Amino acid sequence: MNTSRSLLVIACALALSANAWAAKVPPGAKLHAVQELVRGNGTEPATLDPNKMEGRPESNLAVELFEGLVSLDPDGKVIPGVAEKWESKEGGRIWVFSLRKTAKWSDGSPVTARDFEFSFKRMVDPKTASQYAWYLGKAANVSNAVAVMEGKKPPAELGIKALNDHTLQFTLEKPVAYVVATLAHGSLMPLPQKVVEKFGDKWTDAANLVSNGPYRLVERVVNERIVMKRNSHYWNNAATVIDKVTFLPIQHQSAEYQRYRANEIDLSADGGVPSEQLAQIRRDIPNELAYWPQLGTYYYIFNFRTKPFDDIRVRKALSLAINREIIAKNIVGTGETAAYSFTPATTDGYKPIEHAWEKLTQAQRDDEARKLLAEAGYGPGKPLKFELLYNTNELHKKIALAVASMWKKIGPVEIELVNQEWKTFLDTRNNGNFAVARAAWIADYNEPSTMLDMFHSKHGNNDGKYLSAKYDGIVDGAKTTLDDGQRLAAYQNAERQLAEDFPVAIVYHYSVRHLIKPWVKGYGRNPEGRIKTSDLYILAH
Amino acid sequence: MLKFILRRILLEALPTLLILVTVTFFLIRLAPGGPFSAEIDVPPEVKAAIEAKYRLDQSLPAQYFGYLADLTRGDFGPSFKYKDFTVNDLVNKAMPVSFRLGVTAFIIAVILGVGAGVTAALRQNTWIDYSVMGVAMIGVVLPNFVLAPVLALIFAIWLKLLPAGGWDGGRAIYMVLPVAVLCQHYISVIARITRGSMIEVLGSPFIRTARAKGLPMRYIVRRHALKPAMLPVISYLGPAFVGIITGSVVVETFFGIPGIGQLFVNGALNRDYPMVLGLTILIGTLMIVFNAIVDIVYGLIDPRIRIK
Repeated sequence: MNTSRSLLVIACALALSANAWAAKVPPGAKLHAVQELVRGNGTEPATLDPNKMEGRPESNLAVELFEGLVSLDPDGKVIPGVAEKWESKEGGRIWVFSLRKTAKWSDGSPVTARDFEFSFKRMVDPKTASQYAWYLGKAANVSNAVAVMEGKKPPAELGIKALNDHTLQFTLEKPVAYVVATLAHGSLMPLPQKVVEKFGDKWTDAANLVSNGPYRLVERVVNERIVMKRNSHYWNNAATVIDKVTFLPIQHQSAEYQRYRANEIDLSADGGVPSEQLAQIRRDIPNELAYWPQLGTYYYIFNFRTKPFDDIRVRKALSLAINREIIAKNIVGTGETAAYSFTPATTDGYKPIEHAWEKLTQAQRDDEARKLLAEAGYGPGKPLKFELLYNTNELHKKIALAVASMWKKIGPVEIELVNQEWKTFLDTRNNGNFAVARAAWIADYNEPSTMLDMFHSKHGNNDGKYLSAKYDGIVDGAKTTLDDGQRLAAYQNAERQLAEDFPVAIVYHYSVRHLIKPWVKGYGRNPEGRIKTSDLYILAH
Repeated sequence: MLKFILRRILLEALPTLLILVTVTFFLIRLAPGGPFSAEIDVPPEVKAAIEAKYRLDQSLPAQYFGYLADLTRGDFGPSFKYKDFTVNDLVNKAMPVSFRLGVTAFIIAVILGVGAGVTAALRQNTWIDYSVMGVAMIGVVLPNFVLAPVLALIFAIWLKLLPAGGWDGGRAIYMVLPVAVLCQHYISVIARITRGSMIEVLGSPFIRTARAKGLPMRYIVRRHALKPAMLPVISYLGPAFVGIITGSVVVETFFGIPGIGQLFVNGALNRDYPMVLGLTILIGTLMIVFNAIVDIVYGLIDPRIRIK
């Protein structure tokens, strides 16, 4: 079977096996009379316009109000959304999506392929000024997307075209096997062209917004609440159980926690488990604390432009000396796991390899680190001095203190902890004015490339300026490898390269953390942290 | 009177505001980190497109004069953070919320504060005085970020009598805890100022004369002592009123109230330049207006002060 045929078969099998999800209430479960849910959402979203989203608070809302070509089931598997099925042609360079004819906007008009085409062209258009304008080009490899984003080609030349009302065609720069996984992103929703053009920036007002997802916007009070009710025109509305959902933008975890305890919130924001109250939560409401692995990694960047971090011996010594188990289990302590590879083990299509240094005990790693540091020329007369930069936050401080004390054990290391307020910190880090800096990376989609691309010499977030032609070659090759086995092997090679060069000290993999009332059911363990209200139901209580 | 107001506006208010706008405009741009620096470092082309949209690609003087020109039309510009709204939209929605919360807290603070202060002054050095002032001292030193969670714990979580947060269009039940937290500090300060001032006035010769005439104490306080004793209180109330109606960052953030305080703190953290500028101008203007009102009220209360 040639590759394109096999891709086609896989795609069709996927489309057929995974029916669109919705709340699956087990038989015999007694539902609460009032199906209304209140959720925390972290902070006030920057916008309700999916094309202009910035992060989680926005994408959480986008997936309630809108539905993209594909969606994620409660466990994070890609399932059909507005697209019923899809197939690839020309060896994975062209992808054709067939849209369901029953999909409708909340005003009753049909959702067509042109609504997707309009949205995707708008997102890439520099005039829209979207922070995710790079996504279709760099993550999904859509043809001409980068040129349009850079203003070198008009949006009309983007490689996405509605062949008719119900068929949408993607043309990619290069064949990419995992393109469908990238399309579940919150920014890639269809948009109601007429409404957007009629109201301009005001199209997201509660009075104007028309959406195609399970819910429609009813009310938005900035810094207080966003209220949605079920969209009776949604094609799968019959399977939705919760009638009304309210999102509260509460920035401070302790404030959200108080309201959760007062039964004003049923489901906290992701991460809404204040570490100061963790002991109390475990004592009083252990059954309401839920966590599972997330596609995200916490790490420290070494700045290759600052001596001595251009020396592999120093980077390796510092990386080996971190006792990751202690940090993940005892300092963070909500399901986080010690990390030895950058790509989390739960990533789709990825199997971690065990690095040689990983097999050593911590004592052996410390010994090795001592040797490396001595070899690099650091000893009693010549201590290793540097600053460790992190953004102001209690947890980051605790971790930095612990890591600093671990580093001091391997030799004469003098560390100054420096914390900066978030925006200042970002500026300092992006400009490379640091020696060692805290960082975190959360996957944009469920595939190793979203993690490993980070260390590509051309990636904007490669703040330490790790420049390795070898590594670039491995990752570039991996992304366009169509065979799953070969692609996995290539990603593992990339991880091997990272374990050889130590551009960063990987610390732990994140977990998705929530407080959830016992009567809220239907959520799974989505490693991207997405919990859709349309999958949930409320038991009698 | 008209002359007084005109002089206030032309010679004092406008130049003060212009200085305020200018200093804020340049200071906020000096803060490290821009409005669009984000965890995901966007490609330079995307950054350029965003900056062009918000005129950040222009020279600083061009941005400044462009901003002033917009300002003369009452346009505070778009919010850099909340892309669905202009600063005018956001302030217009948040101001009535903070105003409602603030005015309620202010009225309660004045009534209780003045009442407590006068009572303590009349019973100077008795147990009543000591207990009123003791409570007031606790009120002054107790920070609202401690009081807010404690009250929420007692009344929302344990007793389940009141909501722990939210606003719901300003329904009374949602206002109780925020108003209580917001006014406690002001009650204490007003009580302390009133007491001190009252004791001073009660010791003055014209009160002694009134007492010598055999007038009852209640009459003396109401008719002769209260007015002069209020002078220092009023000069405190002007700026305090502006402070209380333009929102308390802690109270609004903790209780999830959609007012000015939350906008201000998020504006600064997000480097939302137009938002910070807009709110600075708003608060500056209110400050000038209420200081002028304090001056007028002074004249009404104290016959020795006359507006010329």
